[in-house]
Amino acid sequence: MIGAVLWQRPGGRLGLVLLATVLFVVLFAPAVLPPPFLQPDLEQGRFLPPGAGHLLGTDDLSRDVLSRVVAGGRVSLAVAAGAVALSLTLGTLVGMVAGYAGGWLDQVLMRIVDAALAVPRLFLLLIVVGIMERIPLGVLILTIGATGWFGTSRLVRAEVLRLRTLEFVRGAEALGASHLRILGRHLLPNVLGPLAAATTLAVGDVILLEAGLSFLGLGVQPPTPSWGGMIFWSRSELVTAPWISLAPGVAIVLTVVAVNLVGDALQDATGEQQR
Amino acid sequence: MSALVEVHDLRVSFPAGSRRVQPVDGVGFSIARGETVALVGESGSGKSLTSLALLRLIPAPGRIEPGATLRLDGTDLLALEGEGLRQVRGRRIGMVFQDPMTSLNPVLTVGDQVAETIRAHFPVTGAEAWRRAEALLGEVGLGDPAARARQYPHQLSGGMRQRVMIAIALAAEPELLIADEPTSALDVTVQAQILELLDRLRRARHLSVLLITHDLGVVADRADRVLVMYAGKIVEEAPTAALFATPAHPYSRGLLASLPRLRGPRQPLLAIPGNVPEAAQWPEGCRFRPRCPDAFGPCSGDPPIITIGPARRARCWLHDPAIEGRPR
Amino acid sequence: MNSWLIRRTLGAAVTLLVAVTLVFFLMRLTPGDPLSRLGEERPLPPEAVAALKARYGLDQPLPRQYAAFVGGLLRGDLGASIEHNGRPVTALLAERLPPTLLLGGTALLLNFSFGIWLGVWQASRHGSRGDRAATLLTLIAYAMPSFWLGIVLTWALATELRWFPVGFMRTPWLPADAGWWARLTDLGWHLVLPALTLSVSTVAATVRFQRAAMIEALGTDAVRTARSKGLPERRVRWGHAWRNALGPVLALFGLWLPLLVAGSVFVEQVFSWPGLGSLVAEAIGSRDYPVVMGATLLVAMTVVAGNLIADLLHRWLDPRLRAT
Repeated sequence: MIGAVLWQRPGGRLGLVLLATVLFVVLFAPAVLPPPFLQPDLEQGRFLPPGAGHLLGTDDLSRDVLSRVVAGGRVSLAVAAGAVALSLTLGTLVGMVAGYAGGWLDQVLMRIVDAALAVPRLFLLLIVVGIMERIPLGVLILTIGATGWFGTSRLVRAEVLRLRTLEFVRGAEALGASHLRILGRHLLPNVLGPLAAATTLAVGDVILLEAGLSFLGLGVQPPTPSWGGMIFWSRSELVTAPWISLAPGVAIVLTVVAVNLVGDALQDATGEQQR
Repeated sequence: MSALVEVHDLRVSFPAGSRRVQPVDGVGFSIARGETVALVGESGSGKSLTSLALLRLIPAPGRIEPGATLRLDGTDLLALEGEGLRQVRGRRIGMVFQDPMTSLNPVLTVGDQVAETIRAHFPVTGAEAWRRAEALLGEVGLGDPAARARQYPHQLSGGMRQRVMIAIALAAEPELLIADEPTSALDVTVQAQILELLDRLRRARHLSVLLITHDLGVVADRADRVLVMYAGKIVEEAPTAALFATPAHPYSRGLLASLPRLRGPRQPLLAIPGNVPEAAQWPEGCRFRPRCPDAFGPCSGDPPIITIGPARRARCWLHDPAIEGRPR
Repeated sequence: MNSWLIRRTLGAAVTLLVAVTLVFFLMRLTPGDPLSRLGEERPLPPEAVAALKARYGLDQPLPRQYAAFVGGLLRGDLGASIEHNGRPVTALLAERLPPTLLLGGTALLLNFSFGIWLGVWQASRHGSRGDRAATLLTLIAYAMPSFWLGIVLTWALATELRWFPVGFMRTPWLPADAGWWARLTDLGWHLVLPALTLSVSTVAATVRFQRAAMIEALGTDAVRTARSKGLPERRVRWGHAWRNALGPVLALFGLWLPLLVAGSVFVEQVFSWPGLGSLVAEAIGSRDYPVVMGATLLVAMTVVAGNLIADLLHRWLDPRLRAT
């Protein structure tokens, strides 16, 4: 149903197609492509340009670049999904509490949110991640997620404030429904609509953020592959073997464009519904 | 003498779902020089859109359907584009809009907004334009126009803002003034002043005026002729006195009957039963039929325009002499 | 206006204080020792060691530490750099600030002039093919990681085509007696690629906001009046519609500052531009925590100040707001 709505818009259609392509390649390419695709070429070896058998060439360790892009894609997408899920949960929680409780709790929470928004997310991450000796993947996801809920909480709070004045909430209060019930049964489902678009767009942001962190050496740690890491490590071979840097970059661009097209279409769709 | 404004078969359409509806559906009228014509109707009748069509200001995605004729002193308004259109707007037709608060630019002084109209149409210096603007603001009744000119719209009262709008509309000395509900957003006491002002300016500048309103009371002393509009069509056209004395169309009769009277025996306030239908849901045949106390057989078909006297026409089967068995 | 200014400035100060507190607790709650590399490779003067330990001292009770932290900030003392032999962080930041201001300022100029123009252009052709194509192009610009764009541009325009230098801010072998014009053009020549990279990767937000605000402004009654007056379309668009569509773009100014600052970390790193961004990138690599912390606090201050300025501009431009 949502898919049908998105499919109708030209932007949404392109986004869904791109997204499906990226996901397909990342998830199923190893199952679909026979050897010698995706295998390291230990004979001919390093720095093979894109061609037969190696769609995106090989890198400095004779690894097939496409296989690296696929592996890195799985990691980057997993990080994005995990972090956004965490941000969504935290933001919704805080936003609902602030909007529903009101009073000093709301004031305090929103002050904190405002202050957190004053520090660019990258720097918040640098502060935290810069202390740690090692950065396990789970911790990375946690940290990125924990620094991304501020905007969501503002959005949710605004929605809750709007919804509170509507009849059906007043009705529930008059009937003596408990706070928890009102929050869970009445407010939460209605808040999810505007959130869907914002969350989708957030995925794109996290992919870019993680790529940047990996480029600085603070994100996904080698030997785990990631798109950002690939760009970093192949920088010195740019002149001789540009495909090693270009491939992951293009992958990032395609994925983020796809995610944004879908998110924008969602925003259009939910915006119209609300009217 | 040929008319200043001639309109034939004007239709304006808007998309509604997968179809298009026509809130203005075959409107035709003319305005002579120096004449004041009132276009009367309830909200939803299409009267505002009719006036916007004259200035080609129908907002997208609406459009004027082909087949219409729109002439200003012989000039085909529908054929104009770009510079030609710009020279008609303001310079030959001026428009006063309904809500002066939203229709004025909040970040420019009122003097600027009058002066820029002057500069757009006359080759004068900035200083000369400002001088004329101040004079104009005085002419529309603003006290201390020099000080007022330097103020912003939000610093003025509703009545003053409407005077500014009138000044803007007249700044380039047009031949036709369209006033779209010029007093609807104002207090009753201010309404009379504004109407007085419009009258005075009309006489001084020999303007033709198209006055759009839902309030028949406004029309009584001010207009030469009245066009009554309902559901996208003009249903009656008559000189003002004749309309008030002997309204021909049941809708006009209903409108007049619903005017509260201060004198005479006390009567209950009459209202026309029902509501104005939306453009997407216009009934077949005569569109007033569901609310008409005199509807009869032929009304299920679209009534023709029937001439019932000098400069009097009505779109109603009741006045068709060829029909047998009319109620009157 | 003045009472508003005072209230707003106080509010900004409070926000800054809360932000500093937040950063402090973030640092303290993270497992690990920020000073783990203290004295590892380079010997630090004992006073610097002691000062750093006091500032970040993990053995002292929390409230005292917090007081030392904030106290140091108010005194303008951000600690000493581990990597740079105990040089005060403030001095390092001050030294690297001007190049970043130059780069950031240029990028800001490019971003706003092109972004505003494109947003207005798109709005006047709302729904057309050109509008949709432009939206897709700006989306692609947004989706490109700034460091990747920098790398690609360097490779294409500097290494391959040799139109521009591959990095740095000046040509090292410029003769000592070269005149100011030669120096200026040399600087400009080095500025092109980094500024282009930074502005391309941040322009999407500007265009999007301006386009939306402009579409809304073009539909207002006030614009209808302006058209009915027979004003030239250009005047209607810029003098009437755009003047009222500025608000969201100014709000964007406050949002844009964090983007600019974060972006400069990558762009300066890629182009070896000797500014704050590359300082931070180096500090990350060498685990020079005091520098990272100092830069973060400076950035927070800049963002808060930027928002304040944006609010001020907004009030100044809209006469309705000046009255309150």
